[in-house]
Amino acid sequence: MLKNYLKYLLAGLFFGFVLVKSEVISWFRIQEMFRFDAFHMYGIIGSAIIVAMISIQLIKKWELKDSTGTPITIPPKDSSQVVRYLAGGTLFGIGWALTGACPGPLFTLAGAGYEIMIVPIVSAILGTWVYGLLRPRLPH
Amino acid sequence: MLELLQQPWPWYIAGPMIGLIVPVLLLLGSKTFGVSSNLRHVCAACMPGKIEFFRYNWKEKGLWNLIFISGTVIGGFLAGWVFNNPEPIDLSQQTVKELQFLGISDFTGMMPNELFSWESLSTVNGLIVMVIGGFFVGFGARYAGGCTSGHAITGISNLQLASLLAVIGFFIGGLFITHVIFPLIL
Repeated sequence: MLKNYLKYLLAGLFFGFVLVKSEVISWFRIQEMFRFDAFHMYGIIGSAIIVAMISIQLIKKWELKDSTGTPITIPPKDSSQVVRYLAGGTLFGIGWALTGACPGPLFTLAGAGYEIMIVPIVSAILGTWVYGLLRPRLPH
Repeated sequence: MLELLQQPWPWYIAGPMIGLIVPVLLLLGSKTFGVSSNLRHVCAACMPGKIEFFRYNWKEKGLWNLIFISGTVIGGFLAGWVFNNPEPIDLSQQTVKELQFLGISDFTGMMPNELFSWESLSTVNGLIVMVIGGFFVGFGARYAGGCTSGHAITGISNLQLASLLAVIGFFIGGLFITHVIFPLIL
């Protein structure tokens, strides 16, 4: 069981390390991005998308299987729900600019010694819970 | 080697490394890269109540991801604590000038100390950026069905129109805070 999950721990460790070294976890870098003052964040997200896109195309083309032998499929997003993506996205963007961190960086910052980020993490869990509560009444 | 681990990495090294996480997780176990789902798994594990949205087998669906995010915390500790870069971030001078104009003076760490600290939790602005900001991150990510990793990276690279819409939303919200709200409150 532990062995099955160690690989995900290592993948996460790698992700956290890169998030710090690329300064993606910096509130200032996010401000720079939303002020269009530097290419840094656009370069990171853009090149990440290109690498992921080529990888996904190759996985599909070669019909690759995962380490357990299961053919790899990626669940599609339901693009008929326009409201949820635009409204939810906008609310997320508000949070992203305020905290200067999306969920990955929130956890990474806590590990990097910014214990104060436990506050927005707890708030984010609460926000998720309130969404779950209101979900039946929200337009999607 | 030590220097390489300490100094900041350029975007063209870091970006492709982050992009590689998408195929790595797919190849390891058909897992889709997306961090914010973990917030839902925590709710499902700790306080599902009678809420339909949290009543599922979180261990089966999300244990790998919770372990992934634990790894992220360790990665943050190694990169930001053990191999910490002591130099301040090489920010755009324009951004520094504009933030100074808004009253931000601490540029030494990853975030301004005047907004993000235990002391500032008792200030209105501290509450807005940390508590309200965090709430919107969680609420918005689940409403949109994903965050930066799930939509901007995984979704767009898988050519999902939904993810493009979500990212447009991310920017509407972020630009609104940066250019309308911050000048008013900071």
